[in-house]
Amino acid sequence: MSELTLMLIRFAYLAILWIFVLSAISVVRSDMFGARIETTPRAERREQKRAAKNRPKPAKRPRGAPTHVLIVDGANAGETISLDDAPLLIGRGSDAAIRLDDDYVSTRHARIAASGDQWFVEDLGSTNGTYLGTQRLSQPATIQLGTTIRIGKTTLELRK
Amino acid sequence: MSSVNPLRGFTHRRRRGAELFLLILSLLVGVGAYIAVGVGVEGAVPADFIGYGGWLAVLCVLCHVVVRVVAPYADPVLLPVVAALNGLGLAMIHRIDLAELAENPDANTFARDQLIWMTLGVITFIGVLLVLRDHRRLQAFTYTSGLAALVLLVMPLLPVLGTEINGARIWINVGPFSFQPGEVAKVCLVVFFAGYLVLHRDALALAGRRFAGIDFPRGRDLGPILVMWLVSLGVLVFQQDLGSSLLFFGLFLVMLYVATERPGWLVVGSTLFAAGAYVGYLLFPHVQARFDAWLHPFSSDSSYQIVQGMYGQAWGGLVGRGLGQGDPTLIPFSYSDFIVAAMGEELGLTGVMAIIVLYGLIVERGLRTALVCRDAFGKLVATGLAVVFALQVFVVVGGVTKLIPLTGLTTPFMSYGGSSLIANWAIIALLLRISDQARRPLPDLSGPADDDATQVVMVR
Repeated sequence: MSELTLMLIRFAYLAILWIFVLSAISVVRSDMFGARIETTPRAERREQKRAAKNRPKPAKRPRGAPTHVLIVDGANAGETISLDDAPLLIGRGSDAAIRLDDDYVSTRHARIAASGDQWFVEDLGSTNGTYLGTQRLSQPATIQLGTTIRIGKTTLELRK
Repeated sequence: MSSVNPLRGFTHRRRRGAELFLLILSLLVGVGAYIAVGVGVEGAVPADFIGYGGWLAVLCVLCHVVVRVVAPYADPVLLPVVAALNGLGLAMIHRIDLAELAENPDANTFARDQLIWMTLGVITFIGVLLVLRDHRRLQAFTYTSGLAALVLLVMPLLPVLGTEINGARIWINVGPFSFQPGEVAKVCLVVFFAGYLVLHRDALALAGRRFAGIDFPRGRDLGPILVMWLVSLGVLVFQQDLGSSLLFFGLFLVMLYVATERPGWLVVGSTLFAAGAYVGYLLFPHVQARFDAWLHPFSSDSSYQIVQGMYGQAWGGLVGRGLGQGDPTLIPFSYSDFIVAAMGEELGLTGVMAIIVLYGLIVERGLRTALVCRDAFGKLVATGLAVVFALQVFVVVGGVTKLIPLTGLTTPFMSYGGSSLIANWAIIALLLRISDQARRPLPDLSGPADDDATQVVMVR
């Protein structure tokens, strides 16, 4: 076997070794940057559809109408939730739009919905009831700007 | 060690295709080395390379299929890297066999045995993956494996069972085989330390006093580290095995540090280690001989091996002599402890750097697994196993290249030795099992979990 062939084999082998090392490193690299973020395409599409459906709504709403719900008191005090996604489900469950960390709130406790330019709150058969001011609701009631809704130990208000 | 996962919302892919691709490349590395050895030594492509390559391919494919079935989210890099290192080691042992046979037709050959050991290692790997479906079950065996480790460490000292080979009493005889229980003991020790530290790390981490800007542990918490120090000193004194004692103590120290996040342990441990090493140096002639050979290799009479290894590596230079072109039989034990020197001679600095990067990748993937892992026990086990590799490679390569005093440890996956090979394949299986758990996407638990009963307001 000639000297030249042996030298070629020597360098070829070192090249193979390093090609292996570099491709292992590139797999490590793509493992770091290439992992996809946890959003399924379907959930994304649904999100977009919902956003598209809700977008025209604020335009229809007259000036002076409430735009968001403010949590005045309770475990989640200070949070605001936009009314654009109405109807809003209030409760402790994971599917609630206004999710309250309050042991006295039912999983699906109440709902805020719009009818025309009126806003309604409706109790969904909760354990501890929904109060508008001091009155326990037995049927859907309209709510005005600044009326306090009490759910468990949490109070909410509609705000402009 | 924080329990908050920074990677929430980040799904790992399975990457089994990438693993297969890397495995094929690693076969190329292993079989290519075999062919290059044949061409270099005998001047022709070895006739049996198809059979040899086929056998390696069967082993690789078997591993891959098992991983694909039972650990689909496991790390894609570990298995190919290990396959490449093992293939490279096999080719080098075969090359040293050929050189020995050329001098003496009756010489011992090791390559065939090593191939059998590799097969057994792969079987162990598959067995561990099949039997152990969740690494957290190991936590139940915390004290069992601690006891097993102690028994394994003591075994070579027993009069009939243990044998002394080349000055170190770390082998036991099982029928025709000799077996190094220390290799299995290190896996048991990792499991024991992890289980112990998961339970006790709060006491070890939170209690203590502050001195000179470092939090030092309480006196009564020093118990376990003192015991571990005594065990590793015992290994040093009675088995005359410097390498293992360094490995066990270093492993414990790093795991303690990782579990408690307290640099105080490192200070205490390093002081203990330095004291132990100094006393060992004063009391034991074999430790003194190691230091002498390290500090004055050319004037000491016990440094023949180191000097030969250094000449070999110097002759190899930057790109090496080429596989089959060097003379690695001049180095004593070039097929086991000094296989890195033989690699340096025939593959040069370029090849040795590639090998060290491959070991670095194993350690990196182990630590990565520890980072991603969701339970503290898995984190500690993965860290411990990665640290075992890191320490072992550092001690061996550092010793061969005269960075630190030479201590006898095997080079994982490359040097000849059945117990080491099987134990290391088992370690890789454990790491793959933990990484499979860690990288698997979280099950969807939202929904019924937080819908517990609503409390009723008491109305008076």
